[in-house]
Amino acid sequence: MSLWKYTNPNKFMKLSSKILPSLSILSFLLVFTGLTWGFFFTPDDFRQGSTVKIIYLHVPAAMIAINTWFVMLVGSLIWIVRRHHISSLIAKSAAPVGLTMTIVTLATGSIWGKPMWGAFWAWDPRLTSFFILFLFYLGYMALWRSIRDQQKVADLAALLCIVGSVFALLSRYAVNFWNQGLHQGASLSLDKEENIANVFYWPLLVTISGFLLFFITVLLIRTRTEIRLRQISNIIITNKLN
Amino acid sequence: MITLLTRDLKLAFRSGSTTILGIAFFLIVLLLVPLSLEPSRPMLIKLAPGVLWIALILSCLLSLDRIFHLDLQDGTLEILTISPLPLEGLVLVKSLAHWITTCLPLIMLVPLMGLLYNVPNDTIIWMIISLLSGTPALSVIGSFAASITLGVNRGGLLLSLLVLPLYIPTLIFGTEVIRRSLDGSSNVTPLVFLLAISASSIALLPIATGSAIKINLN
Repeated sequence: MSLWKYTNPNKFMKLSSKILPSLSILSFLLVFTGLTWGFFFTPDDFRQGSTVKIIYLHVPAAMIAINTWFVMLVGSLIWIVRRHHISSLIAKSAAPVGLTMTIVTLATGSIWGKPMWGAFWAWDPRLTSFFILFLFYLGYMALWRSIRDQQKVADLAALLCIVGSVFALLSRYAVNFWNQGLHQGASLSLDKEENIANVFYWPLLVTISGFLLFFITVLLIRTRTEIRLRQISNIIITNKLN
Repeated sequence: MITLLTRDLKLAFRSGSTTILGIAFFLIVLLLVPLSLEPSRPMLIKLAPGVLWIALILSCLLSLDRIFHLDLQDGTLEILTISPLPLEGLVLVKSLAHWITTCLPLIMLVPLMGLLYNVPNDTIIWMIISLLSGTPALSVIGSFAASITLGVNRGGLLLSLLVLPLYIPTLIFGTEVIRRSLDGSSNVTPLVFLLAISASSIALLPIATGSAIKINLN
C-alpha cells in the first residue's frame, strides 16, 4: 500500500507541509460558513427558540471527541504491530484535541441544557459517558507526561489506549444499563435526529465537515511538532555522546 | 507458582500493614458516610450498595502500587521475568496475593457493615456474592494499571487516575446486583455481567500486564 510510505517522517513532513495551508484555510472557511449560516440564517425552532442552534457547536464537537479516540486506538495498534514511530506520535498528538472537544461538548451541552431542561447537568447515560471519556483522555495524557523515556512511554501509552478502549466500550453499555436497563434507548431525545429538518441539516453538515478538517489540521500541526521535538532530542543525544 | 504465592503472602503478612491498613481504611470510610450524610435508617439502606463498593475500591487502591514495586526495587522482578514461569502466571499470582490480602478480609467484614447500615439479611448474602464476583476483576485490573505506572516515581496518584475509570463497569454492575436485591427485582443480569468482567479480565488482562512489565524492565 502506498499509504505506508508516509510513515517515513521526512515524507510525512513534506506531504503535510504541502497540504496544510490549503487544508487549514478550507477548514476555517467551512467552520465559519457553517456557524454563520447556522446561527444567523436559519429560522428559530418553534419549540426550542434560538437556543437549539448551539447544536452547530455541540454535535460536531461530540463527533470529533469520539472519533479522536478511534484515531488514537488505530495509531496505538499500528505502533504496537508495525513500530512506525509516527503512529505513536499521532496518537499522542490526538489526545489533547480529543480532550478539548470533549470539554467543548460538555460545556455547550450544559449551556444548552440550562434553558432547555432547567439544569446544567443530568446524570443520563450520554452525559455520563462523555464525562468518563473526559477522564480517559486525562489519564492517557497524564501517562505521556509522566515518563521520560520516549520509547517506553509510547509502548505503555499504546497498551493503555488499547485496554482503555475495551473498557470505554464496556463502560458505555454499563452506564446505559445503570440508568435504564439494557435495552431501552435514551429518554433525552434532544439530539440531532429530532432537529433534522432540511433547513437545519445543511449548515450542520457544513459545520461537521469543517470540524473534521479542523481536527485533521490541528492533528497534523501537532504531529509535525512532535516529530521535530523527537528529532531535536535525538540530535542533542547524539551530540552528547560524541 | 504456589511457592511464589506463599512467598508473597508471607511477605505481606510479615510487613503486616497491608491487611490491617485496608481494614482500617474501609471502616473509616464506612464511618464517614453516616457522619457526613444522613444517619437515618432508610437513607443508609439506600446508600449501602454504593458505599460498600466505593469503600472497597478505595481500599484496593491503597495496596495496588505495592504489588510490583517492592519486587522491582530489589531486582526480584527481573529475575522472575526470565524464570521459566510464564509472565502472565506471575501476574495472576500477584493479583491473587493482592486479592487475598486486601479484598478477602474486607469481604469478611461485610456482615459487620450490614449491621452498621441496617441491611436485611438476604441482601447481606447478595453483597458477599457481589463482592466475590467482582473483586477478582478489581485485583486484575489494578495489577494492569500498577504495571503501567511501574517506573513512575510517586506513581500512586497516576495509578488512581488510570485505574478508577477502568473500575467503572465493575462498580456499576456490582452495585446493581445489591440494589436489585434490595428492590426485590431479579439481579441475574448484572451478576452475569459482573462474572463476565471478572472472567475475561482474568483471562485477557495478564497478557497486557505482562507486556507492560517487560516494557518497563527494558
